[in-house]
Amino acid sequence: MAPLFSGLSYFINPYRVLAKGLVLFIVINLAVAAVNPPYGRLSAYNILFPGRERFPYAGDAPEKVYSLTITNLDAMFSSHVISLPKSKDEYRVVLLGDSSIWGASLRPEETLAGQLNTANLVTCQNKRVHVFNLGYPRNSITKDMLILNRAMQVQPDLIIWMTTLGSLTPDRRLDHPIVFSNRSSVEELSREYNLNFDTSNIVIDGFSFWDRTIVGNRLPLVNWARLQLYGILWAATGIDQVYKTTTTVDSLPELTADVSFLDWQPPKFDPHLLSLDVLEAGMEAAGRTPVILVNEPILIITGQKNSNVRYDLSYPRWVYDQYRQVMDEESRKKNWQYIDLWDLVPSTEFWGDTDLHLTPAGEARFAERLIPYIQSTSCP
Amino acid sequence: MTLTYILIFAAVALLLGLVMRNSWRVYLLMGVSVLAVYILQPILPIRGLDFWLATATLALTILSWMITAPPGVQRERNNLIAFGVLLGIVVFIDLSRYLGIEKIITATLPPRIGTLLVFLAALVVVLLGVILVKRISPAFLLILCAGLLIGIFIVLKVPALAMVVSGAIRSMLGRPVGRDYAADFRWIGFSYIAFRLLHTIRDRQTGHLPAVSLAEYVTYVIFFPSLTAGPIDRVERFIQDLRRPFALGAEELMVAGQRLVVGLFKKFVLADSLALIALNGVNALQVRSAGWMWVILYAYAFQIYFDFSGYTDIAIGMGRLMGVKLPENFINPYLKPNLTQFWNTWHITLTQWFRAYFFNPVTRSLRSRKHRLPIPVIIFITQLGTMLLIGLWHGVTWSFILWGLWHGVGLFLQNRWSEFIRPRLVGLENRKWLNSSLTVLSTILTFQYVALGWVWFALPNLTSSVHVFLKLFGFA
Repeated sequence: MAPLFSGLSYFINPYRVLAKGLVLFIVINLAVAAVNPPYGRLSAYNILFPGRERFPYAGDAPEKVYSLTITNLDAMFSSHVISLPKSKDEYRVVLLGDSSIWGASLRPEETLAGQLNTANLVTCQNKRVHVFNLGYPRNSITKDMLILNRAMQVQPDLIIWMTTLGSLTPDRRLDHPIVFSNRSSVEELSREYNLNFDTSNIVIDGFSFWDRTIVGNRLPLVNWARLQLYGILWAATGIDQVYKTTTTVDSLPELTADVSFLDWQPPKFDPHLLSLDVLEAGMEAAGRTPVILVNEPILIITGQKNSNVRYDLSYPRWVYDQYRQVMDEESRKKNWQYIDLWDLVPSTEFWGDTDLHLTPAGEARFAERLIPYIQSTSCP
Repeated sequence: MTLTYILIFAAVALLLGLVMRNSWRVYLLMGVSVLAVYILQPILPIRGLDFWLATATLALTILSWMITAPPGVQRERNNLIAFGVLLGIVVFIDLSRYLGIEKIITATLPPRIGTLLVFLAALVVVLLGVILVKRISPAFLLILCAGLLIGIFIVLKVPALAMVVSGAIRSMLGRPVGRDYAADFRWIGFSYIAFRLLHTIRDRQTGHLPAVSLAEYVTYVIFFPSLTAGPIDRVERFIQDLRRPFALGAEELMVAGQRLVVGLFKKFVLADSLALIALNGVNALQVRSAGWMWVILYAYAFQIYFDFSGYTDIAIGMGRLMGVKLPENFINPYLKPNLTQFWNTWHITLTQWFRAYFFNPVTRSLRSRKHRLPIPVIIFITQLGTMLLIGLWHGVTWSFILWGLWHGVGLFLQNRWSEFIRPRLVGLENRKWLNSSLTVLSTILTFQYVALGWVWFALPNLTSSVHVFLKLFGFA
């Protein structure tokens, strides 16, 4: 290869080139930090290749699933099929929730959103019901709230918000990677809805001036670039996670006699400990868009020695019963549309590799139960 | 080589370029290269083997020099000093286990000093035997050494043989047998080292090898910028650079810096990004449509080019910092209008090696036979044979064999086509538009042929390759 500067070298001083390069590097970094461009909104998805049917999440093996765990909300949404412009004959339903809604181990068409789309629902205004999977693994009501708030930009017609006790507990209030990565949004929501988030004790990324430079922000930038590249293999293969062969939960360990939950002891817990304020803020953020709040199904383990003490590996009976009661009362008081489907899928044959995830058949049963609510809400 | 190692070695190269004095330049380059052999040898499942493979590299290099050097040269003062320096470095590396700096130079803990001294003593005895025992003819020793190198090369490239050797080493060391893998025996840079050694042995046999000192020879064989990915320089060219007085000036720094930056960009930005989407054994069976299959095939074609040529740029850049102008290995190969030109610009030094030591001698031999074969047959045999060997150089598997045959047949067909079409194009030289169009078309076709050839190269088995071919053309 001929040197780029051959023939000119007599007046080119490499040390000056180095110094100029260094100055340019510093200036560009400072400029990027000052402007803080929303790079996450740039995306090749929905332009060069199809949008993803759920948010990118890869666990430990991005190279096997052509996806990666990304927590920048802009990048998550811009890679999702929901970022396509809404068509006139489209009725948009968004599903919020944790890994059970996102669809761990399931193919996109097997998830709750996939099953609802298979039903080919049409509203009485002859609009096509398109259900979007906006679930994201690990439950946290604040994470759901952040996604809901951002989802309002893509004009949903109906929001179905799946919750469970685990997403409302104080330990999950801020403990989620999406919360860590979107501190400015968290603080904005906190101000707007008077949420009392204590952000002093958690490390939240992407906030200091240094973190906004190209060098400081290099890992998120590289991840964003990799997400764009993985779009090619997503389009080519349709694979976005490891699809495990469905197994049932028959081999779950025995329920223990432990009645404690976090540091709560029977017979009662303080309802104010639940993040109901965040739930309420979400309802407010939804504005005039109807929201259906769903207490998602849990696996009720029966026939074991301690089945009278616990419902499953996560919840002792007393705490879960009281949680349901609190949700019921709160919904009636606040006039929320609330459906309690906690015991919809009790049989282990409908539960997948853990007691948290349904099999495709379990998701189908769940979808069947939600369809009348979607129909009634879309045709008031 | 990881980015960290590359940056460290580039910094070392720059430092050497700035401080080296011509009187001890070769010793400095040799010393750093010896350290690099140990540093770059990766951790292996058999504990301690990384140290022994690096030491074996040095032993083979010294042995090759002993038998290729003219008689008497071995006992010259400068060569004895170089030998002493080499032994000193190896002992120092081994002593690192006692100095608290173990695993910095070597991947695992070096052996006990007693074990090393026994090995070094045995090596000295063998080397002395080579000099002193007059009954073994030098010509026989050259053949023996070449055979040894080719033997090791075959063992490394045939997974089944590598496993047998691994099992033997395991049982010798009292390690659990049955968990042996071909990867147990990963010898960093051996493919390139062996070809440099074979080149000197063959040139010694034909009387073309110049006289080189031990330090120059070792530096040539294991020169650290080109240790892991070439290029395969020629010793007579390399030593000219070593012997030429050198001072790192602005122009050299400019050229070297440019090559390093371009190389790093090619390797760590372009190639590593393309690697995420390039054709491999897993995605080959997952892609759903022909269009996307072409996309990931092209991604592989450019990934392998940017990866390999990026490493070459880095090696050339580092070399320039130290006054060594390593040869070019890639000159826009995907922009060539026929396969012959592609192979004149792709992995140039490897192709030249095979041309010098296989293609040309075999062609000469076939042409000088009493019953001369027809020219097309000679071309077919030599081109197919050369490409088959280049395929086997990458690994003794059916995939590499078919990749070699793919190119051998392609080169032959292109040769015949050129012979057929050349007289028919006479008189059309002045029609620029037509010529340009033909060149563009030929370039696209050549690239397509090369890209399709990567299907054999990239995939681990023939079933996957056949599946990909069927998919590419809409039959699967």
